[in-house]
Amino acid sequence: MAELILDVEHLSKSFGSNKVLHDIDFEVHKGDVISIIGASGSGKSTLLRCINLLEDPSGGKVLFHGADITEKGFNLAGYRAKVGMVFQSFNLFSNLSVLENCVVGQRKVLKKSRAEAESLAKEYLEKVGMAPYINAKPRQISGGQKQRVAIARALSMQPEVLLFDEPTSALDPQMVGEVLNVMRDLAQEGMTMLVVTHEMAFARDVSSRVIFMKDGIICEEDTPQNLFTMPKKQETKEFLSRFMAN
Amino acid sequence: MSKFIDDIVKCWTLYGESYIDGAGRTIVISLVGTIIGCIIGFAVGIVQTIPVSKNDSLAKKVVVKILKIIMRMYVELFRGTPMIVQAVFLFYGVQMIWDVTLGMWPAAFLVVSVNTGAYMAETVRGGINSIDPGQTEGAKAIGMTHVQTMLSVILPQAFRNLIPQIGNNLIINIKDTSVLSIISVTDLFFVHKSVAGALYKYFASATITMLIYLTLTVTASLLLRMLEKKLDGDSSFDLATTDTLAHTSGMLTYHEKKKDK
Ligand SMILES: Nc1ncnc2c1ncn2[C@@H]1O[C@H](COP(=O)(O)OP(=O)(O)O)[C@@H](O)[C@H]1O
Ligand SMILES: [Mg+2]
Repeated sequence: MAELILDVEHLSKSFGSNKVLHDIDFEVHKGDVISIIGASGSGKSTLLRCINLLEDPSGGKVLFHGADITEKGFNLAGYRAKVGMVFQSFNLFSNLSVLENCVVGQRKVLKKSRAEAESLAKEYLEKVGMAPYINAKPRQISGGQKQRVAIARALSMQPEVLLFDEPTSALDPQMVGEVLNVMRDLAQEGMTMLVVTHEMAFARDVSSRVIFMKDGIICEEDTPQNLFTMPKKQETKEFLSRFMAN
Repeated sequence: MSKFIDDIVKCWTLYGESYIDGAGRTIVISLVGTIIGCIIGFAVGIVQTIPVSKNDSLAKKVVVKILKIIMRMYVELFRGTPMIVQAVFLFYGVQMIWDVTLGMWPAAFLVVSVNTGAYMAETVRGGINSIDPGQTEGAKAIGMTHVQTMLSVILPQAFRNLIPQIGNNLIINIKDTSVLSIISVTDLFFVHKSVAGALYKYFASATITMLIYLTLTVTASLLLRMLEKKLDGDSSFDLATTDTLAHTSGMLTYHEKKKDK
């Protein structure tokens, strides 16, 4: 089995008295593409946000190459640079050009030279098909283009894992494809990815494993073939049939 | 009416240079005061928006809390009292505590900066909080620290949004430096009082003074309007490609229509 990158152990998260994640356990190995599906409110975003510490977990552990990320003294900035995140709402820096969006993190966090940062940024913008737009500001490009820039920004940090939180949910239908294509290419090149998505075709065709979440727990985890064709849990069946009906 | 015009001519021929000098001092004091005030305002506003998470060390939490309380008191004190009283308070306070009599320039700069700083602090805090928190998360997610995020992402945007407020403060300062004559700052209003007193031409001198103040404030707001335009930059951008087909293949950018304000 490929190298273990992330090991989530008994992770839990509460907001006040509201327990949102219970005893989450799973592993991410190098090259895994894990899709996380589940109804809205089941805790998918919170799980991703706990993994890169945008939220502090309430209990359990997240081990990155064996080191507990919640431990005091853990190099948080370095860790976040290695675990990229792509948000539903893009979260691009609106004062910076497309190119600068992909340069600023490399300069400030990785302390790269401007020349090095720019050439890497251009390489990744090329890869997501946004090279011609390097001088544009985020407000001047479409939603699908913004999301591709956001992916390039994350890639520019040369992360070991990329987290996607419903990357296509805020997009007009005709723009979903361009973003999914980029993600499919990344998966094929062996990028390790954790993708929260409602795009069942993507989950089925691209991922190596699928996690179904319900009410803050991992209800079922399996290969896409098994999970989509012969789910073991009643809840999974219900979710999938309701989803396909819509 | 012709008497009034005669009076104005007389004031101006005898003391024209003094008015100009006074106006010059008014400009310098309000400009320097506004700039230093903005720096104070940004510093205070940034401290007031430092996030504290429960993982931070106790020392950091305590220090940040104390700083925030001090900043809060500063803002309330200098927004809640008239500048004319602040001028007297600071001038004699410094004399009393450090045994130094401030010269005209340091006294004027001190009062206007500290006063402007208090107003700007509130504005900056609002400006920072109004930037979509998603951008802060985007920066966090690639490992940027709070300070890096502030300097590279949030403050440039807050600054752009705050230019109208900074302009307002400058205009208020141009007018309000007139209260500094109470601590013998020889600004435009001080000149007016001296000339009017020497010639007994109150109305004529006041008219001249009004016109000069108006010229200063209108010029200031025009310049600021231009700065805003400049910072907004071009509404279009160049496609960075040599592939001319890109321009006809529907890959072309859409140039945003100029927003009418
Ligand atoms: N910052 C927060 N404060 C309080 N409750 C939250 C917060 N974020 C999420 N929640 C709650 O946690 C639950 C799971 O939310 P989320 O992880 O966003 O679900 P999903 O992404 O699967 O739709 C929801 O009930 C939501 O209301
Ligand atoms: Mg969500």
